[in-house]
Amino acid sequence: MSTIQIDKTIDARGMACPGPLMNLIGAIRQGQVGQTFEVLSSDEGSKTDIPAWVAKAKQEMVEVVPEDGFARFIVRKAR
Amino acid sequence: MDEQEKPLSLVLFSGTDDKLNAAAVLTVGASVMGRPVNIFLQYYALDAFRAGNVEADHALDPEATPAQAPVVRAHRGQHWSDLLKQAKEVGEVNIQACALSMDMFHLRQKDLDPLVDGIEGVAAFMTSVGDGQVLFI
Repeated sequence: MSTIQIDKTIDARGMACPGPLMNLIGAIRQGQVGQTFEVLSSDEGSKTDIPAWVAKAKQEMVEVVPEDGFARFIVRKAR
Repeated sequence: MDEQEKPLSLVLFSGTDDKLNAAAVLTVGASVMGRPVNIFLQYYALDAFRAGNVEADHALDPEATPAQAPVVRAHRGQHWSDLLKQAKEVGEVNIQACALSMDMFHLRQKDLDPLVDGIEGVAAFMTSVGDGQVLFI
């Protein structure tokens, strides 16, 4: 975990579904290929939605790290 | 999103904030997953899309009990109009007003919020639907 370099962190804790996913999509669209994004989300829907969107959009799901009351979704812009 | 996905088509009839919000969430979901979304506004849903009326209180469906209503109203989720704007930014969302309902309420395009892309008849809507699904809300 500590070895992954994060280019941008999006703190979406407290946002309702689908807010965290929409923030991630916005960040990825504006980012560069190869950049790594981290979304912090306390929304239960993110656990299914973010991996589903990442797979569909052919981005790269690097890691999902459960934390106390939220999770870190680490995604690399692959295209 | 390389392959062309089947559209999702929603007929919005109810104009209460809870049903509009549920429809907007479905729209966001479909559009982020690469599906074009067609929305056809009829009756009370069309009224909610009148210019200057979007942000107004459109009440809740009668199904909401006195215990549920305050919970729904207090939820921190985004307004349905903001969700629809986001869906339009991310994907292909076409919102059309039903010509019959426009006539019923004596409305013209200039009376509608800019979220509404145009006015069309039901046959034109069915052309957009193609062989995709239609949900009536």
